[in-house]
Amino acid sequence: MFSFPVFLESFWPLIWAARYTLLISVLGIGLGLVIGALICAARLSPYAALRRFAAVWVSFLRGVPLLVQLLVFYYTLPVIGLDVPATVAAVVTVGICASAYISEIWRGAIAALPKGQSEAALAIGMTPRDVWTRVVLPQAVTLSLPALINELILLVKASSLVSVVGILEITRASQAQAATTFRPLEVYIAAACIYLAINLCLAALGRYLEHRTAV
Amino acid sequence: MQASSVEIRKVNKFYGPFHALKDVDLNILPGKVTCLIGPSGSGKSTLLRCINFLEEYDSGEIRIDGQMMGYDAPGRKMSGRKLREMRRSIGMVFQQFNLWPHMTARENVAEGLIRVRGMGKAEAHERASAALTKVGLADKMENHPLRLSGGQQQRVAIARAIAMEPRLMLFDEPTSALDPELVGEVLNVMKTLAAEGMTMVVVTHEMGFAAHVADQVAFMEKGELVGVDTPDRILHQPADPRIQSFLRTYHERNSF
Ligand SMILES: Nc1ncnc2c1ncn2[C@@H]1O[C@H](COP(=O)(O)OP(=O)(O)OP(=O)(O)O)[C@@H](O)[C@H]1O
Ligand SMILES: [Mg+2]
Repeated sequence: MFSFPVFLESFWPLIWAARYTLLISVLGIGLGLVIGALICAARLSPYAALRRFAAVWVSFLRGVPLLVQLLVFYYTLPVIGLDVPATVAAVVTVGICASAYISEIWRGAIAALPKGQSEAALAIGMTPRDVWTRVVLPQAVTLSLPALINELILLVKASSLVSVVGILEITRASQAQAATTFRPLEVYIAAACIYLAINLCLAALGRYLEHRTAV
Repeated sequence: MQASSVEIRKVNKFYGPFHALKDVDLNILPGKVTCLIGPSGSGKSTLLRCINFLEEYDSGEIRIDGQMMGYDAPGRKMSGRKLREMRRSIGMVFQQFNLWPHMTARENVAEGLIRVRGMGKAEAHERASAALTKVGLADKMENHPLRLSGGQQQRVAIARAIAMEPRLMLFDEPTSALDPELVGEVLNVMKTLAAEGMTMVVVTHEMGFAAHVADQVAFMEKGELVGVDTPDRILHQPADPRIQSFLRTYHERNSF
């Protein structure tokens, strides 16, 4: 039978483990935003070689499951003589994987702006640089916010995969607890509740940002 | 006001294999209003956009106050800096307004003054306020574009252009996206500009405006400039059958 006290008790260790989930997804998206911006810039650059590199980057990372990317990255590091903690390897992998999706989100947002927006700026003699920083980017960033929050929610869920490299985030913590308490049902429902709570908060943040920046 | 002249000589423009402008010749005198009319797809927007080089022409010359637009010499494009220099004194108003939605009306007008003219923020906002007052929007300066009617948005767009103190204004169907009852307020602002001696090139389907405000009307069809003359001679006693047929269609569509 379902035991409510066991269910409540399993929360605390899992909430403690949630810090890894949050750490990996938030740092992961942070890194993804930076690399994603560079990849997007490469994709839109006038240099064919850069454009090709960015296209390959995106299709490779979108074509290989994150789990496999994690394992490849994690087992490659020692081979090339790098000894980094599992958390660092996880954040970097998640960030690199997210960069592919984020660069596409930004490319889409930029493409969605009507051409007239930049033409109006060029027509009064603005420099291409000002057109980007004053007209295109502010609008593209606003347009992309809902999709970026969505990407963050996906990362929170995908971060359960980093349990394979031994990080004690929510999923791995609940597996460990289920094994010691022999009460898997209560423990996994508690884990589900925590994921849900995190993502409902993020969704609310997304709606707030969307509402605030709507003109 | 200082007003520019525009000389267009044998201008050709291709989109791939498509010949969009065919040996177009047109003279625009300082302080005069030229209306460009013609059927859809005849190349009116293309010609207008060649004047400020938003569209590159392939051969011929467009000279503004004697200076060739876009090229240092035939086939040799001018530097970005020089192009921006020339564009500073040319205002453009688009059919879709193209206001920047993330800025208020006043910020829309001030942006060019700050970025292009290098003005301080306070001075730019003062000038922006003056320009907005001139187009009758003194009470709407803090509104974002989407909180304005189409007619008000287009007047902000005109204010954005005139705040830069241009010597030439280009209008591409400035009233075509507006509800009929909002057309008048925009045309009135344009009439005021014309009366102040601004050189204006206006692509329009407003034959009333062309008849009453234009100094000359140019008719285009299939990339050719078929005729240019006084409004009266183009609109009321056209010799060319292509103009006659265009006007007949126009009158049929506008009678009920
Ligand atoms: N970027 C482009 N690429 C290819 N063809 C184009 C492009 N822009 C315009 N054209 C073609 O050039 C011709 C002239 O277009 P233009 O927009 O100048 O016509 P217009 O006289 O302004 O028509 P409208 O009254 O519909 O605005 C059209 O046949 C159009 O399809
Ligand atoms: Mg047009």
